Parts: sequence; C-alpha cells; structure tokens
Amino acid sequence: MSYSNVKIKVNGKVIEKEIESRWLLSDFLRDKLGLTGTHVGCEHGVCGACTVLLNGEPVRSCLMLAVQADGLEVETVESLAEEDGTFHPIQQAFANNHALQCGFCTPGFLMSVKNFMETHPDLPTDDEIREAISGNLCRCTGYSNIIKAVKEAYVLKC
Amino acid sequence: MKQFVGQNVKRKEDHRLLTGSGKFVADIRIENMVEAAILRSPYAHARIKNIDVSQAKNHEGVLDVIISDDLEGNVKPFTEFVEFTLPPQLEADIKPIIKQNPEPMLAQHKVTFVGQAVAIVLAEDRYIAEDALGLIKVSYEPLPVVTDPYETIKDDAPVIHPHLGNNIQSHFEVKVGNIDHAFSQANHILKTRIKTPRVSGNPLETRGVIAEYQERNQQLDVWSSTQVPFMVRSYLSKLVGLVEGNIRVVAPDVGGGFGPKCAVYPEEIIIPYLAMKYKRPVKWIEDRLEHMQSTRHSRDQVHDVEVAFRNDGTILGLKDQFLLDNGAHNSFALCCAYNSAAHLRGMYHIPNYDITGRIVLTNKTPNVPYRGAGRPEAVYVMDRIIYMIADKLNLDPVEVSMRNFVRPEQMPYETGIFYRDGANMVLENGDYVKSLQQAMKIAGYEEFRQQQEETRKNNKNIGIGFSSYIEGTGIGPFEGAAVKVDSTGHILVGVGSSPHGQSHETTLSQICADVFGVNPEQVSVRAGDTSLLPYGVGTFASRGAVTAGSAVHGASKQLREKFLLIAGEMLGVTIDELEMHSGKVYLKHSPSQFVTLQEIAQAAKPGPRCKVPKGIEPGASATYYFVPPTVTFSSGFHVAVVEVDKETGFVDILRYIVVHDCGRVINPKIVDGQIQGGVAQGIGGALYEEIIYDKNGQLVTGTYMDYLIPTAMEVPEVEMGHQEFLSPHNPIGIKGVGEGGAISPPAAIANAVCDAMRPLKIEINSLPISPNKLRSLIEEAENAESVLK
Repeated sequence: MSYSNVKIKVNGKVIEKEIESRWLLSDFLRDKLGLTGTHVGCEHGVCGACTVLLNGEPVRSCLMLAVQADGLEVETVESLAEEDGTFHPIQQAFANNHALQCGFCTPGFLMSVKNFMETHPDLPTDDEIREAISGNLCRCTGYSNIIKAVKEAYVLKC
Repeated sequence: MKQFVGQNVKRKEDHRLLTGSGKFVADIRIENMVEAAILRSPYAHARIKNIDVSQAKNHEGVLDVIISDDLEGNVKPFTEFVEFTLPPQLEADIKPIIKQNPEPMLAQHKVTFVGQAVAIVLAEDRYIAEDALGLIKVSYEPLPVVTDPYETIKDDAPVIHPHLGNNIQSHFEVKVGNIDHAFSQANHILKTRIKTPRVSGNPLETRGVIAEYQERNQQLDVWSSTQVPFMVRSYLSKLVGLVEGNIRVVAPDVGGGFGPKCAVYPEEIIIPYLAMKYKRPVKWIEDRLEHMQSTRHSRDQVHDVEVAFRNDGTILGLKDQFLLDNGAHNSFALCCAYNSAAHLRGMYHIPNYDITGRIVLTNKTPNVPYRGAGRPEAVYVMDRIIYMIADKLNLDPVEVSMRNFVRPEQMPYETGIFYRDGANMVLENGDYVKSLQQAMKIAGYEEFRQQQEETRKNNKNIGIGFSSYIEGTGIGPFEGAAVKVDSTGHILVGVGSSPHGQSHETTLSQICADVFGVNPEQVSVRAGDTSLLPYGVGTFASRGAVTAGSAVHGASKQLREKFLLIAGEMLGVTIDELEMHSGKVYLKHSPSQFVTLQEIAQAAKPGPRCKVPKGIEPGASATYYFVPPTVTFSSGFHVAVVEVDKETGFVDILRYIVVHDCGRVINPKIVDGQIQGGVAQGIGGALYEEIIYDKNGQLVTGTYMDYLIPTAMEVPEVEMGHQEFLSPHNPIGIKGVGEGGAISPPAAIANAVCDAMRPLKIEINSLPISPNKLRSLIEEAENAESVLK
C-alpha cells in the first residue's frame, strides 16, 4: 500500500496527515477529519451531493483523491455557518423557502450555490439558476423551492 | 388563541441538515468497528458450484468472509411479510392464490438476479473489504434466464423457483356488477395494451446498516436507513431468534425513502447477526451501483384492457388482465397489484368491472412499493383510456371525464369492493367536478385551445393533457405517540412513524402545541427509534400525517385532561372551573390564579407531594394508539402543458398544474413541497426513468449516466390549487399527501404529448416517453398517414 503526506487547508485550518494514497477526498474529509456534512450519493460524479470547494471552485470530492488536494484549500458545508450557529445567507434562504426535505443532497447544493454567487454577483434569472444547480440531484424538493432560495440568498447577501 | 395547525411554521429539522451536523447512518462511527462489503451475483440465473473464500480470508485486514452456509441454522430466510397479508373478508372476495416465495439472506446453491448478495467480507475498512471481494472465487453454471413477463408465464419457461411449479406467484380477481351485460349494451368497445416500466425510487442516500452488540446486557443496537424501524426489529427478532425487547433499531436522519426503504432487506438481518457473532460493531453502506442492482425496484406492469362505452362517452364496463413483473421474489403479497386493481377506476363511476391481476417472477431484482405504489400504473391506464375514448368519439377529453366522474351528490360513494385493509372501499367526500374546473381555470383551457390552433399554423406542437387520481391514504393498522411533559415544562413527543424528509418534527409539534396552547418551540418530537414506544409502524403509503398526526393529537389530549385533573387538585377546584391556554391552567373566573405546565409536571411525580387524583397513575405522560377505521381518500387533478419538438422527439414541459385535496393542511409550505417533489419524480417516470435489463438479465442502467433522474433543468414550478374536504376518519380531518404528486404526471404528460401530436393520432401506451420512442411513433404515424393519402 502506498502512503502519502498531505497538507490541506480545510475550512481555514491546516491539516497535515499521512494517508493511503488511494483515499478519495470525500472519504478523507468524512472518515479522517470527521467532516460528515459532505455526503456521498453516487460515487460516480453525477449526483453532486459530495460537492466541496477546492480553491473556491466546486469539485466532486468523490471523483478526486485526497492527495490531489495537497497544498490546496478545501471548503465544506461545515464552513458556512458562524461558530455560534448563525446561518450563512444561503443557508438562511434555504430554510426560509423550504428548499430541503430529507437534506441529504443539501450540503452539495449549498457549496455549488456559494461558488455560483461568488462568480455571478448580479441577481441571475431563473434559467441561469437552474443551469447553475443542474449538476446537483435532489430527489425530494422538485427544485423549485431551491431556485426561490437562491434568489432570496442574493437579497439576503446585500 | 393562536393555532399553529394550518400555518407555515419553520422546519425544526433544517438547522442540523443545513450545517452538516445531521447524522445519517454513514456518518456514525463506533470504536473497534469493522466494515462490510458485499459480493453480488454477476449472473441473472446460475447455479453456484463452488465458492472459494480462502484467499480473501487470508488477506491482511480481513476479519472474515461469510457465505450462505455460515448462516445455515442461525438466520432464517424471508417469507411473506405478515404486515402485508390479506384480511379475511378481502381474501374471501378476491380468492387469491399467493405462493410462499422464501428469499435466502445470501444466495444459496443458486442466484436468481444480478446483484443478489453472495458473500460478505468484514474488514478493518471498506477499502480493504473491497480488495478482498476481488479475491473470492465463485464458479457459476449459468441457467436459462427469463426477463419478459409474458415469456415467464409460458409452460416451457424455465422455472425460477422449482418448488413453486411455475413463475406465476400470485393471482386474484376483482369483480363488480355484470361485465358481460355491460359489454353487450355498449356502442363501442376499445381494446389496448398499456405498460408502465420498471423504475427505481433512488433516494439520494443509499441504504446502510450499522450494528453493535453489548454482551453485558444482550443489547443489540441497529442503525438503518429505513422507513420502518419497527418492522426491522420484528424481523431481526424472528429470523435470528432474538428477544425483541433487547433490540433497538434507530433510523437516524434518513436521506429519502420513497418506498424502497420500506422493505426489510437481507443486509438489515445479516449485519446485526455478524455484529453479535464477532462481537464487533459492523458497518455496511451501500454504494450506488449496489443500490441500482439490489435495492428493490417498482412499477413494471402490463395491462390488457377492454372498455365498453356509449356514443356519448359514458363508460359502461372495464375489463383488465394485468401482469406485475415482480422480479425474482415477492414478500409483499398483493400490495402494489391490489392497489392498482382498487384504484384503477379512480374518480370515475364505472359500475361493471372485471379485473384479473397476476404477479409473475422473472430473473430481475425484486419489486416493492414506490411512491404511489400501484396507483401511477392504474392512473396511467385509466386516463389514457379517457383520451382514447375522446379520440374515438371526437370529443374533448374533459367532456369524457365529466360524463364519468363520481359526482359530489353520490358521496359517500360505495365502490363495491374492499380496500386492502379489509374495509368497504368508500370515497367519503370531495368534488371532482370542481377540481377539474379549478385546474382548467388555472390552465386557461379555452385560451390554450385557441393558442394551440395558432401555433400549429407555425408548425409548433403544443399540447395539454390531464389526469386525475384518488388515493387511499393513512392506512392502518395503527400508529402510536407518547407525549410527556418534563420537569422543565418542555413537551416531548415520541412517535412510531419514522420520517425521511416529511418534516415530522415540525408538523407533529404543531398538532401537539395546539392541544396544549403552547408554541411549537416548546415541543420536541422524536421519531425513528424503537425505544420511543412499544409498538410502531412507519412512514409509507401517505400515512404519516394521518396516523402519527392523529396519534399525537390523541395522546396530547389525554395528557391535557390529566393535567387539568392535577391542576384541579393543586388549585382545589373541579375540572370544569379550569381552562388551559398559553402553557398554563387558569381558573376560569379568576385568571390571575394559574399553575404552569412545569408546576403540574412536578406535581405529577410519584411521592408524598404528588397531586395526581386517587385512582390515576402518577406521571406526566400519556401514550395513545390511533387505529383508523379505514383509509381516507385524497384526490387531485393534474394538467401538463407541453411542447413537442417533432424533429427530435424532445418533450418540454411548459406548465404543470395540480389541484389537490388532502383534507386539513397542517403546514402549507410542507404540503406544497410534497406535491412539487412528487411531481418531479412523476416527471422522471414520464420522460426519463427506466430500469432496463438485457435478455441475459444484465442490468443496463446501473449508474446515473444511464438511469436519468430529472435535474433542475427538467422540472417546472408546479402551479397549485387547493381543495380542503376534511376527512371524517380522523380527529383533525387530514388526508395523506406524500404520494399524490407522483401519481398523475405520467398520464398527464403522455396525454399532453398525444394532444400536441393530435393531427397524427399517436398513442403513447408505454413509458418513459424518451425522444427515440416518440420519434419512432411520429415516424410510424406519418408513414401511416402517407399510405392513407
């Protein structure tokens, strides 16, 4: 078995660990760091539940090895709320609009939306939002409340 | 006083789920835990000649490898789930033949579908366990495979389970009126074959089981991503021979269920058994490929229908012979099949009715109920028939529906058959005519027809289609709730119904809060844990709000009565001088005198300071089991507006409208969310989703690259209208809403596509309406038309 040292900044904190080189980033975050907010839904890069931000860009953490994140910065859903539990505006907007039911896919949506809002600062159209979240599958909500939530998140962020 | 039922109370579940601090099964870790990986059959039908596990067992980090022989004598196979056996009066009426069809926990001597569990590796982590799977050597001798429901019933078909004699596992007949007479009176008889494909519920969280055994007190703790923890406990006890009271099954946060997690699975029995055997916690988390293969599928019916009707569109009688392809096993008796038979007539008054249902076995993954459970299939058949009658008579399909609706003045309407719970099936209330009118008003039906004419001139094909459904919701046999007030005055509610996105913590707290006159924040609801109550059922079949809601209401009222009695002792008055509101009990005539829930709860404790009246047990809790007399019928009317690209066969949903009646609405936002989410799944079934096996029984759609789940690009916002006919069958007037959204979309969308292509008269009698299928239909119709010319 081959092992590697990784040094990854996760949610603002530098982590250094020796791990098996074959470990997926998703498994590393969940099993080695206890950050179980990142969920694994399909393990073949379609459902988007495992989406995290890598140097600010959304990636499927189930399609990457942890060693590929060496020297980079990872943000997971655990980084969004304040330490006292106060929601990030995107989380608040999801709660306000009933944009989640079982909540399993939700962390992936939140991370995709965070990147989208950062790269599209102006209020988008519904179609632009649909496209932005089209890489995340949700089986409960039927998406329309998620679209409403994204629009509200823009308002809350102002 | 402010009532919380009926209001958009914010969800209590959201904070943890939005911050990543929820706990799903895969998130649980226990010290010293081993992880399991499962070797699954690559063959649809084969004899197992030999399994060599020696190399896998010796692999570093492997604890053991388990095959069927290792379970022999220790774990019994599944037979029929007793929860789904038929009540005697129904059995007497439909005279079913149901053959026992035991399913081994691990394949024994032979495999009967691709994905069937053959061996389990326990190892220090999942990576090592998967390494070892590759070292297990199984030699198979392939056997003839049968994947077609019509082939499987032929005399010369290979028999999958030889002890059954053939592949017809169940058979039943439902008859009302005089079908031959009806057919002899008809002006027209229409005959057709209508199919609904095999689909998969596909919750975003796969299945998973963790078990830990404590030898000290023989306690077995099991965490499972299930809709039915009490059923898992019961079968663990029965099949492994354990004291039921020593087993605790917890469904923690569950990432969607939709029906497939309503079954008890082999893994839910074996993983706990292995945790006991090896005295180490064991974890198994299903991956998506395993899920597509081995988590149960659904639907997969073929109906051969004949309908007799008059020149004006009045339906006189309907005959149907249908097959349900259940895959290799059926432990659910007639569940989906009888649901289809009972719901096929839907909102329509069809006095003569003759249906034969057969459940057949093939070399595919077994089927279970999935959102709608037999109803989307039935509704698809019925509403395609309405459109075909309209076509035949050159009438508007709205007209045909109107001619045949059960009318409000006929309510309560006796359907002449029994429901699955054994009670007479009666549509208790509702106004289907108004439902249709309301939906057509939202859709702007008249204007649409004009617009359709205009767009046709420009070579654009838009169409409108509708579908109606009724659904027996809130099925029994019971659901329970335990309500208690703790010494801080906080109210704790435990229920047997187990949520997976339905918002139990919020809606049930609204019901309880109203009874005590407190804010829902003062109420905590716990669910999904067999230690909360002695008995429970679960969340499926649109039953949560109806049954658990009524149980919470009943238990809250009982405790409220008890609290009034205690307050009377405390204040030295009789109960009729008291009133409870705002979390306090007041003297009616002197409202400055009161005792709080906290004070009453303390006065309820046993001991010298106890103020509980003599003859009543001390304590600040009440448990109540709600036993519904029968189901309650929700209903709805769906309208789809689509545009069809004739060149590509691509269907675009322009608008989607739902008018529904689910009785009393506890939380409008949550109800609307259920409808919207259900419609999204229905759109999947209409246009995209299909589990496909090739002729060798290989699963062709094993990933999300082949099994297409709708994304935000494909699902429009549903426009909704509401009706509120309160159910007489429970104290709050609730009817279930969980499945309704998913029942009608395939029929509404197929009808809309046919309507869009109307000049060509195409008939869409199978699903999904994929672009290639639709292109072929268009091409065939165009060729037929040119031949006629």
